Amino acid sequence: MATLTLLQAVNDGLKTAMRKDPSVVVFGEDVGPKGGVFLATEGLTKEFGKERCFDTPLSEDGIVGTAIGMALNGLKPVVEIQFQDFIYPAFDQIVSEAAKFRYRSGGQYSVPMVIRTPYGGGIRGGLYHSQSGEAYFCHTPGLKVVIPSTPHDAKGLLLAAIADPDPVLFLEPKALYRSVKGEVPEHEYAVELSKLRTVREGTAVTVFAYGAMIPVCQKAAEQAAVEKGIECTIVDLRTLLPLDEEGVLEFAKRTGRVVVVHEAPRFCGFGGEISALIAEHAMEYMEAPIVRVAGFDTPFPNTLEHHYMPDARRVLDAIERVASF
Amino acid sequence: MTTTQLISVIDSEGRVAKEEHSLSKEELLHCYRTMIMVRAFDDVCLKLQRSGRIGFSIPNKGVEATQVGAASALAKTDWIFPSYRDFGMALYHGVTPLEMMHNMFGNGADTSQGRQMPVHFSFLDPIRFVSISSPIGTHIPQAVGAAQAMKLRGEKHVALASFGDGGTSSLGFHSGLNFAGVWKSPVVFLCQNNQWAISCPSSEQTGSDGFAVKGEAYGIPGVQVDGNDLLAVRKTVLAAVERARRGEGSTLIEAVTYRMGGHSTSDDPTRYVPKEELERWAKKDPIARFEKYLQRSGYWTPELGQRVMQEALEAVSAAARAAEQTPPPKLESVFTDVYRDLPAHLRKQGQEAFELASRKGDASAGDGKFPL
Ligand SMILES: Cc1ncc(C[n+]2csc(CCOP(=O)(O)OP(=O)(O)O)c2C)c(N)n1
Ligand SMILES: [Mg+2]
Repeated sequence: MATLTLLQAVNDGLKTAMRKDPSVVVFGEDVGPKGGVFLATEGLTKEFGKERCFDTPLSEDGIVGTAIGMALNGLKPVVEIQFQDFIYPAFDQIVSEAAKFRYRSGGQYSVPMVIRTPYGGGIRGGLYHSQSGEAYFCHTPGLKVVIPSTPHDAKGLLLAAIADPDPVLFLEPKALYRSVKGEVPEHEYAVELSKLRTVREGTAVTVFAYGAMIPVCQKAAEQAAVEKGIECTIVDLRTLLPLDEEGVLEFAKRTGRVVVVHEAPRFCGFGGEISALIAEHAMEYMEAPIVRVAGFDTPFPNTLEHHYMPDARRVLDAIERVASF
Repeated sequence: MTTTQLISVIDSEGRVAKEEHSLSKEELLHCYRTMIMVRAFDDVCLKLQRSGRIGFSIPNKGVEATQVGAASALAKTDWIFPSYRDFGMALYHGVTPLEMMHNMFGNGADTSQGRQMPVHFSFLDPIRFVSISSPIGTHIPQAVGAAQAMKLRGEKHVALASFGDGGTSSLGFHSGLNFAGVWKSPVVFLCQNNQWAISCPSSEQTGSDGFAVKGEAYGIPGVQVDGNDLLAVRKTVLAAVERARRGEGSTLIEAVTYRMGGHSTSDDPTRYVPKEELERWAKKDPIARFEKYLQRSGYWTPELGQRVMQEALEAVSAAARAAEQTPPPKLESVFTDVYRDLPAHLRKQGQEAFELASRKGDASAGDGKFPL
């Protein structure tokens, strides 16, 4: 096993898929010789040639639209959108097209493809290099939405996404690209989609989170344990759509006290879905109101991003609140 | 109606065939000083970024003549829809290095309250230099709309939309040109073909021969101008501006120039820019070319050049020191300007944020009780 950063694990996942399956092609802005602005595709053009890893004109609509055509016709595109903030020119192609092809053609046509894109704050990127837009996409039947938080999952979920018969939006927490390291098997493996992961187990409170919020929740849970004697379970949702609903309900019921954390704005955010699911199906197990910790309902600021992003302190406050209710 | 002949005025030795402009010595020197100010601003920002005092900056080395030449063709009543590599246009019209430095440091005196990344300026005065967005090309149809509003009101103003070679691949470029062609809007499209879109050469951006020809199919004349020749850019943009003011519609101008630095301070161009290419373009440095012209006109000496650069560096450094001393934005700025009137839910979230920050002891200077 190699010890890799999350970024290296993505790169390793791409290489693994390309070595195995000649129909996998990677393209996007600056992904070729430069290897992507974060270097996630470093070395791919060199190893696989520019027929399989190449740069495109500056058009997300073009990238996703042509990827759909390739996917319809036997290739397996794994495209990169440079920042999730720049995906919106492709929103029509993703929401109206990729996500609906199978349904509208009665299964005649399908779009097995992956759209990888770095999302989230913490790099002083201001309004347009920091956003977490997962909720827009989770409102789209036909699409899968996956977010890893560890190097192991980054490779395994990416390989599962590439093997999946349907379009997958693969959101990479850029704040974790180089800050988390972990053991990653060198061989090919898949981490099953739509299965959550427990990061930590405790009987007092269940914290649901994903992506870059996982380390934040871990820190808060350590503090809760050491300073207040509150032991938390942390659940990494990993796949937001289709969600592991049974897993969510099971872990919610175990403690009866739930905190949901994400950095995207609170209003209509993914936390609302988790809360509603639990309210509908496990209300009788709840010992406390469900509390959401989220980004504020404002655009993402730059200088004051540390106030905007949920930090361990805000998560800890929420944990204490539900624990002491 | 599309001209593919590259328009130039100043040759590589600084000679002009015939005097084709009406600029006074003072105006020529203002253009010169602005180009030097752009380069000094770049230099200082690079050092600030390398020493960790600001987070990010965008180099303009090589494209100064395009920015300043274009700006010199506009009146203060015109509107600029800029990209992030255009601040020479703001400097030309009188925005000060200090106002710009406030943005580079994202402090409380920044017009955007430190909400945006550095170089994403927004100015209302002394010219409309419309708030810069990161998403490429979104501002192009907006410029058409602003220009169309001028036309509908019978004003003789114009809007200028500036974007890169990469920007021509965006959806906004195509819808913007299409609308402007149909409406005959008084808008000038300035495509700065600086040969690169981060690491992608302009040859991979289009299958057409250059970008000027793209106007043709939209019913808009396209012209190619030597973007390293300030007088040629000025002349070409001025012709387009006058055409727009006469009610004859828009023009697409491709300024052929070169990005001599990296895309940004986060980029390492040595990974993909061929060395010979950079050397070839370095010989065409727009500032050196203009200096030769000024020298021939008797307006410039090496001593003057040094003095202008020295003064510019001092002004920019002083601005940087002042901006660095300026307190950060107040916490309330996270919640204001989302809407004109603060809605109840944001008032509540703001109060929570302030209470938390106070407990942690990092409510920034100037924050009193959450005032909203
Ligand atoms: C819609 C969108 N996609 C991607 C990006 C990321 N990006 C920022 S600048 C840039 C290249 C722009 O090149 P060009 O238009 O030629 O302008 P230049 O930087 O050369 O001035 C890219 C791809 C973006 N800002 N917006
Ligand atoms: Mg360019």
